[in-house]
Amino acid sequence: MRYVEEFRDPVAAKGVLHAISKVVTEIGATKDKPVHIMEICGGHTHAIFRYGLDRLTPDGIEFIHGPGCPVCVLPMSRIDECVEIAQRSEVIFTTFGDAMRVPGTRKSLMQAKADGADIRMVYSPLDALEIARRNPDREVVFFGLGFETTTPSTALSIQQAAREGIGNFSVFCNHITVPPPIKALLDDPHMVLDGFVGPGHVSMVIGTHPYDFIVQDYGKPIVVAGFEPLDLLQSVLMVLEQIRDGRAEVENQYARVVPEHGNALSLAAIADVYEPRPTFEWRGLGEIDASGLRIRDNYRSFDAEEKFGVGYGAGPRSVAEPEGCACGQVMTGRIKPTGCPQYGTGCTPEMPLGALMVSSEGACAAYYQYGATDAENVEAAE
Amino acid sequence: MCLGIPGQIVKITDPDRLMAMADISGVKREVSVACIAPADLHTLVGEWTLIHVGFAMSVIDAEEAAKTLDALRGLGEAQETLEAMAEGATALEGRQ
Repeated sequence: MRYVEEFRDPVAAKGVLHAISKVVTEIGATKDKPVHIMEICGGHTHAIFRYGLDRLTPDGIEFIHGPGCPVCVLPMSRIDECVEIAQRSEVIFTTFGDAMRVPGTRKSLMQAKADGADIRMVYSPLDALEIARRNPDREVVFFGLGFETTTPSTALSIQQAAREGIGNFSVFCNHITVPPPIKALLDDPHMVLDGFVGPGHVSMVIGTHPYDFIVQDYGKPIVVAGFEPLDLLQSVLMVLEQIRDGRAEVENQYARVVPEHGNALSLAAIADVYEPRPTFEWRGLGEIDASGLRIRDNYRSFDAEEKFGVGYGAGPRSVAEPEGCACGQVMTGRIKPTGCPQYGTGCTPEMPLGALMVSSEGACAAYYQYGATDAENVEAAE
Repeated sequence: MCLGIPGQIVKITDPDRLMAMADISGVKREVSVACIAPADLHTLVGEWTLIHVGFAMSVIDAEEAAKTLDALRGLGEAQETLEAMAEGATALEGRQ
């Protein structure tokens, strides 16, 4: 069980929790008729469970865990393609550690490594670039993964490789963007969403204006939030106040880090190197228009898809999820992690079946780590 | 991988490549300052930044840096990032 005392400033946290309760009452939200707030970012999902914010807040608030964990929304076929590239004898395949245990249809990168592929975990694409400098006779591929927060890092690494003429470096680009899946979820008639807690570090790069459509076209409030527990509580309060007042605005609770117009140098690098793909597949959500990025023609010699003839559009796209895996339904908030028949039995953080159990930012892994016992107790008591 | 970690810029190491040495929770790591580069790079020395997969993405104040580090420690993310940095150093040397 988590306590308010664990917060950096418990007095402030208690004050915000009290204000949240008051506004929930004013709205008239109850356990049976809750306000649905989606936190988009996987880091926020992790923090909500770590600090038990879902239990510290009133029953009238239902958190829906959004698609903001990049390894969780990665289709299995993309992991298969990573394995295919990594198994080539001339390749050193480099990746963030987060991607190592994501299951493919045949094996994960971890298993491919155990089977002999030269796969190396790096902290930064700059490490991959350095490996390429030191191994001119090998092809060094970096698995470009993540939302707008990580996209500048691979764009700048490709620019650097181009400047230095490093011909044995390429990026397998699977970068995705936050706004399109939000639009897809808002267009889904089965989804009930009353407001959003927006991602902090993504917004540090893109600013707050890419969320204007949420307000203008859908009339829903969004508050960009930091990821300290108090930041999250304050942001939830700001969303609730908008709902109570009948307002829909883009508000920025994390202005100390997030500038309104984002980071110009990062955005310029992204625009120089990448362009939107017509469509991209998301695990659990299907194909979403203009939601993924690919490397522009100017930099095609750094594009692993071009270099190795694999990748989006080169092979069969959609691969069925493992039997019994309900990641898609969890991802869209249709069921809770505990509602999946494989949860905690066929699928655990040690032996994940579905992607949501892999990363600490995935809803299932967060549930498992912090919430499973409590959730079971609650269900048993009901 | 999605959350940045605060680090203090201690030295500019390669002005052409926009690289600097940062102190991240006591660990020295070379990072790119391409996303925050001012006209005179040396003005960055001593500044706290939010570092994301080897790139300083934002200049923050010392109090924000301390609060962020606290939050990251609470989530276990600070340790995870430091471990990833160590893995990255090993990867440069050869097969892990």
